[in-house]
Amino acid sequence: MTIVPALDLFVAGVVLVVAVWTVAVRNTSSAVVGFVAYGLLLALVWVRLGAPDVALTEAAIGSGLTGALLIGAAARLRAGESTVAAERPGVPVRLLIAALATVVAAAIAGVLLSLPDPAPTLAPEATANAGATGLGNPITNVLMAFRAMDTMLEKVVLLLAVLGIWSLSPDAAWGGRPHLPHRAEPDAALEFLARVLTPVGVVLGIAVLWVSADHPGGAFQGATILAAMWLLVLMAGLGEVPDIGRRRLRLALVVGPAVFLTIGLGGLVVSGAFLSYPQGFAKPLILAIEFAMILTVATTLGLLVAGPPVAGPPAAGSAAAGSPARRAAP
Amino acid sequence: MNEFLTVMVGLVLALLALGLVRVLRGPGDADRMMAAQLIGTCGIAALLLIGVIGGTSAAIDVALVLALLATFAAAAFADCARRTAQPGGPGPEAP
Amino acid sequence: MSVLLDLVTIVMVSAGMVFFLAGTVGLLRFPDTLTRLHALTKADNIGLGLVVIGLVPQAGSLRDGLKLLCVWLLVLLASATVSQLVAQAARREGDSS
Repeated sequence: MTIVPALDLFVAGVVLVVAVWTVAVRNTSSAVVGFVAYGLLLALVWVRLGAPDVALTEAAIGSGLTGALLIGAAARLRAGESTVAAERPGVPVRLLIAALATVVAAAIAGVLLSLPDPAPTLAPEATANAGATGLGNPITNVLMAFRAMDTMLEKVVLLLAVLGIWSLSPDAAWGGRPHLPHRAEPDAALEFLARVLTPVGVVLGIAVLWVSADHPGGAFQGATILAAMWLLVLMAGLGEVPDIGRRRLRLALVVGPAVFLTIGLGGLVVSGAFLSYPQGFAKPLILAIEFAMILTVATTLGLLVAGPPVAGPPAAGSAAAGSPARRAAP
Repeated sequence: MNEFLTVMVGLVLALLALGLVRVLRGPGDADRMMAAQLIGTCGIAALLLIGVIGGTSAAIDVALVLALLATFAAAAFADCARRTAQPGGPGPEAP
Repeated sequence: MSVLLDLVTIVMVSAGMVFFLAGTVGLLRFPDTLTRLHALTKADNIGLGLVVIGLVPQAGSLRDGLKLLCVWLLVLLASATVSQLVAQAARREGDSS
């Protein structure tokens, strides 16, 4: 069976070629396409490496959602692209860039080559203690129980990112509606896709979370799929981005970290340590956190792609006239 | 049986690479948009074959997510192209 | 029985590969964007369908078999719609240049 290593090498080669092409190509939108293709191929590589959890994350975040973010960025930058492409930096600047890039690459290569050969690992401990939570997937165990603190802080970082983007809005637009640059006259094919694909995607997103107790999956991957479906609905013009001042939107943004923190503090009272789950209740508590989290993360990721608010909030009297948020709040 | 399926994975990956080279060369944005779709079908075929060979049903889950997100990416590309074409270019009138 | 199922798999997956091959040849040889799109979507969807039908007898469980069919249905729906979107983009590109 020498064909299997040959195939692995072939896939690795294709991924490398696409990566180099993405960096080398001059046209922004081509580079974005290359990046998306690279992410989708990388999902294949992760499956071959026996890491389907990472493959799910890569397919969902690495190519799908980041791709949409980059497409939006490329569209906004298109006006100035020709002038930027025309001016080439001088020789000293280019030499400096080359030197810095070489230093970074050499540093990464040095670190990789100097890793101890049997890499230090906590995997045996994680597998040995899997019974403590009642979950079968060791990755969910690590993320939601053994290193739950990291996961919680990660969600807070996402929230800070949304605040950072909102802070770019002009004063007059504060509390108003983000401008998702996808507003054109309705397109029948896109609308059909959004109507038919969204229910499938919502089911799949929740399924990816639900199976994560015992099989590859997770709240973050599921939330990314939900966010992608929300963005598809917005793109097709079937829904509006809600005003960022809406109370229900703000609630959706904080419910995940809030539930996480409450259960964590409850652990301090009941079992004597922050984020420790009482014996026998680990699985229901983890599921509660994950379901609160999927709502928060999906809303957060959608708002990250939507960008800062640009249009002012509706006048106080006509607040009720704003179109209802489609899926921002349950 | 697994040997046969492995050879098929090799074939589908070779076709994927060939198609990707053609599609990424352009000339237009519409050609490049097909890249997501190409990986959406050839990549999924490879994933399903790998999943059945190794008996890992997780590969099928990844294929489902890949199908959904590749479609989302392609729709985003198409939508972006439509929007940038609209202000200056002709509207989508009937042919 | 299992020999028969294996035979079904070999025939169906091989037939699927013929369609994949035809799609790629079309992609490489056809002169313009719309014909290339035609080659990609038509051939690949039948190809994937045949591969899926061939793999169902090898699936470990009923659940996996149903999931395989779901993948195909999802790709059929998505790719038919996306090819419409790409074709519109191609026509606009042709108009503006």
